[in-house]
Amino acid sequence: MNPFKYHRAENLQRAKDQQNSDENAKYLAGGMTLLPAMKHGLIQPSQLIDISTIIELGEIQDDALSVTIGAATKHDRVATSSLVQKEISGLAYLASQIGDAQVRVRGTLGGSLANNDPAADYPAATLALKGQIITDRRTIEAEDFFTGFYATALEDGEIIRKVRFIKPVQSAYAKFKQAASGYALAGVFVALYPNQEVRVAVTGVGQGVFRWLAAEKHYSDSSQVIDLHLDNLITDLHATSKYRAHLAKVLFNRAATQIKQYT
Amino acid sequence: MQMTINGVVQEFQVDDQTLLVEVLRDHFHLTGTHIGCDTSQCGCCTVLMNNEAVKSCTMLAAQATDSQIVTIEGLASDGLHPVQEAFSQEHGLQCGYCTPGMIMSTVHLLNRHPNPSDDQIKEGLAGNICRCTGYVNIIAAVKSAAKKIQEKTV
Repeated sequence: MNPFKYHRAENLQRAKDQQNSDENAKYLAGGMTLLPAMKHGLIQPSQLIDISTIIELGEIQDDALSVTIGAATKHDRVATSSLVQKEISGLAYLASQIGDAQVRVRGTLGGSLANNDPAADYPAATLALKGQIITDRRTIEAEDFFTGFYATALEDGEIIRKVRFIKPVQSAYAKFKQAASGYALAGVFVALYPNQEVRVAVTGVGQGVFRWLAAEKHYSDSSQVIDLHLDNLITDLHATSKYRAHLAKVLFNRAATQIKQYT
Repeated sequence: MQMTINGVVQEFQVDDQTLLVEVLRDHFHLTGTHIGCDTSQCGCCTVLMNNEAVKSCTMLAAQATDSQIVTIEGLASDGLHPVQEAFSQEHGLQCGYCTPGMIMSTVHLLNRHPNPSDDQIKEGLAGNICRCTGYVNIIAAVKSAAKKIQEKTV
């Protein structure tokens, strides 16, 4: 790796001050994507500002309507949190399916969202669970946050502080892993809200996460769900767009079936 | 920079871009921790940081400041660690390159699940790749290690 300076920030203000003083600085959370990218020379920051130990960013909070998870919370902690398991079981399960055991004790919620890998898991949960991304500057609705291929609404230097997930009646995530990477070849998150409101978010198959409106509309009779339009899906060496469309349908049915069994 | 490595507090100076695995191998000559893929796929470089298995090729040494690191060299105290014994007895290896990482991940797994099912073992070792044996003996070794640890603690 190219030389850079490492700076561990003890609080949010220090992190921002450090960022302001160096336009080529990058925030470092778990480093599970950033460090490999730096090893490959894809990014060459002059400085890494480690925000992973800022206490405020590692808290999980509960209120009547929502569960709010600090951006630096590790996947493993979300997966094993009894609060998350009880209130949003689909989210805890999703976190348990990210990467492998070693990745899950380092990788963070905020890191995953800020990177917005088109095959990452957390974006699906965030979109389906009416997520609000709370940064040091504002609150961004999930609908507005994911703007495309590895792209988000975050401005330069903006830090995700926490993410608020609205508690569903029930939720489930179904994923088909790409065998080598563990990323989603396809992943479907289904959240059921009161008054039969259903939200379905799909990851892994397109340029980025998206809501599957046809699946939301025909949740109660999934035979009516029309296939995803192939033009919007990706084909790569791992799978064709047609295969991904098929997977999405199978996974939607699995997640929906799981929810119907619970409710 | 300061961290505890295999129970000994160590103070040292390295460049900020130095990886944890480089410190362990090059600075402290703890060469039991291997570098396999160097892309956090294979798990050869797995060590324990604050009792959790991490891939030391995808961590800066600086990120491990003030933490407790245990490598394969630090596992054996009074004779081999039960997981080491089990991998040897069950022949859970062929060339042995992946073994230190497999063993550190197994220690982490058995801390969480003292009596793991086959699925829990496969899930727990998903971040460690063995390219010679297949995994049958490795799974047998993990089960045998679980039994050994339980017998020890009774």
